[in-house]
Amino acid sequence: MNRKQKNRLLGIFIALPLISIAIGLILFALKQNINLFYTPSQLNALSVQPKQTIRIGGYVKMHSVQYDKSGENISFVITDRTHDMDVTFKGVLPNLFREGQTVVVTGKLNQQHELMANQVLAKHDEKYMPKALRKE
Amino acid sequence: MFKKLLSPYAFYNHTTPLVPWILAGFMLCFSYGIFAGLFIAPADYQQGDGFRIIYVHVPSAFTAMLIYFTMAICAMITLIWRVKITAICMSCSAPMGAWFTLLALITGSIWGKPMWGTWWIWDARLTSVLILLFIYLGFIALQSVIDDVQTRDRATSIITIVGIINLPIIHYSVVWWSTLHQGPTISKLSAPSIALSMLYPLLAMIAAFILFYVLIVMIRMRNQILLREIETAWVRKVAMTL
Repeated sequence: MNRKQKNRLLGIFIALPLISIAIGLILFALKQNINLFYTPSQLNALSVQPKQTIRIGGYVKMHSVQYDKSGENISFVITDRTHDMDVTFKGVLPNLFREGQTVVVTGKLNQQHELMANQVLAKHDEKYMPKALRKE
Repeated sequence: MFKKLLSPYAFYNHTTPLVPWILAGFMLCFSYGIFAGLFIAPADYQQGDGFRIIYVHVPSAFTAMLIYFTMAICAMITLIWRVKITAICMSCSAPMGAWFTLLALITGSIWGKPMWGTWWIWDARLTSVLILLFIYLGFIALQSVIDDVQTRDRATSIITIVGIINLPIIHYSVVWWSTLHQGPTISKLSAPSIALSMLYPLLAMIAAFILFYVLIVMIRMRNQILLREIETAWVRKVAMTL
């Protein structure tokens, strides 16, 4: 390797970490904005304005899903196992929505501190298995 | 000796017998992967048959990132040693990387609508992959505005090296931040969280996509070499035999 080549190699090895640190600092500073949702516990520690749209993620609590008489409105509780959050929603639920599943809910808080959701998204976990294995 | 092996002429000569073998390997992996993935692998316990899009989505996302990694290695070699063949490899890889990224985004979107409930969400994984697509498109745009070959190779190399920072961000996005996209299923240190009957076709499809990339990029590079070296005697000789 001649001198010019060594200098260029050195240049890359100096520039790359510097750029990485710069990007890393930006991402670190924006951490709270990059996170897609709050957990119910994080929300508990925050003061949220009534008209503010927020996104909450957590498990759908077992045996908490209820439909009203018309069958249109659905209410359920999402939890991160320390704090709970009541959610009501009117609309079509995704295929993967079920009790025990992680969901991401967007909406506004009402006076009773319930979340009036306008979007319910189901999060899929990274597990793939056939039905037969599931039963065992 | 190294320099001789890296010359466009040597590359052209050495890859000529390789092309049919890579094609055969690709066809083998692809036919097994697509058939086993669509017909033999059992349906998922939650998603039913809808999960089968994984056999296109994961391989294309993986290949899109692998292509970028290849390009970054080529970019460093090009920038430091001014090697021609790596610059050619880089410029032939970029459009393929862009197509694979687009395919990963589209298949993910088609899966996301029924399963998640939305076509698109600005979470860290989806956004960082979209940025990868933009980096690819930026590369192609930059390459097409610079006429001088040497300036072009250097400029695109620098862009590629800077963009490599996006790769770990894509991979760890689902770990560092809360996202809607799920965590890694197979690309992690612990055992894969997918049943083996579903895993084997997936691995075959990943191999098939990689072989497809190698095959096409090799053919593209060979054409590019002939174009760049059109004035030389050996290219004239090749042209005579065609």
